[in-house]
Amino acid sequence: MFPTSNLLYLGAVLFSIGITIVVVKRNMIIVLLGIELMLNASVLNLVAFNQRYGENIDGHMFGIFVIVIAVCEAAVGLAIIIQVYRYYQTSVPEDINELSESR
Amino acid sequence: MTATIVLYFFILVAGITAVAMLFVRNVFHGALLLITILLAIAGIYVLALAEMIAVTQILVYAGGILVVIIFGIMLTTPIAGEPLRVGNGYVIPGALLGISIFVLMVYLISKESFSRSADIQPQGLRQFGIALMTDYALPFEIAGIILLISLVGAAVVASNAQSKKF
Repeated sequence: MFPTSNLLYLGAVLFSIGITIVVVKRNMIIVLLGIELMLNASVLNLVAFNQRYGENIDGHMFGIFVIVIAVCEAAVGLAIIIQVYRYYQTSVPEDINELSESR
Repeated sequence: MTATIVLYFFILVAGITAVAMLFVRNVFHGALLLITILLAIAGIYVLALAEMIAVTQILVYAGGILVVIIFGIMLTTPIAGEPLRVGNGYVIPGALLGISIFVLMVYLISKESFSRSADIQPQGLRQFGIALMTDYALPFEIAGIILLISLVGAAVVASNAQSKKF
């Protein structure tokens, strides 16, 4: 029998790495991968906490809904990325500065 | 005992691959590393007696989202020439943010002792389906509507046709 805290530590690692990727990386698709990583960490935490209750299934159910929302987010995000690439011919967020004053 | 060894193996694979994802410079390599993490987490779900989530993880994430993301990589990368190098920006603020969140979560987890229930048992598909149709009927329907709306919206946003209306 393994304790639940192992999974919680793994979730903490995945979440902090995901948020670091979102802040640091300069490519929109890699930022999307970081968001997926954070959502996975949250599902991992839901499953881990559900282990404290024997017959209960609520954590698994919330995990399924988180995965569904992740699918929606990936589809819409990629559509926006593709349309932005079509218009600006770049996938680097810093190059899209048409509204910026100091160009 | 064997299950514990396999669990630690999956945890190590997921952790090391996630750390490697921080230093990746090629978008496609990042997607491949994410597939590895997702499959390792699916293995952890099987060991944590959450088979339904494990199957959903493999089907939806490794089979669906990653295919869409690789498709996006192919559409947003210059075909000719060398592959795109991903740059880093705001390295110190990003590292500070990640490290501080990590330290905070590790501190909070290590203060409590979480133990799993003794009489935990695998949740079959039958219980899952019954729960979806009774206790979770409203979230199930709302999730379906959100999925429909977002997929139609994604198709409209990504479509090539130039509409005259807007």
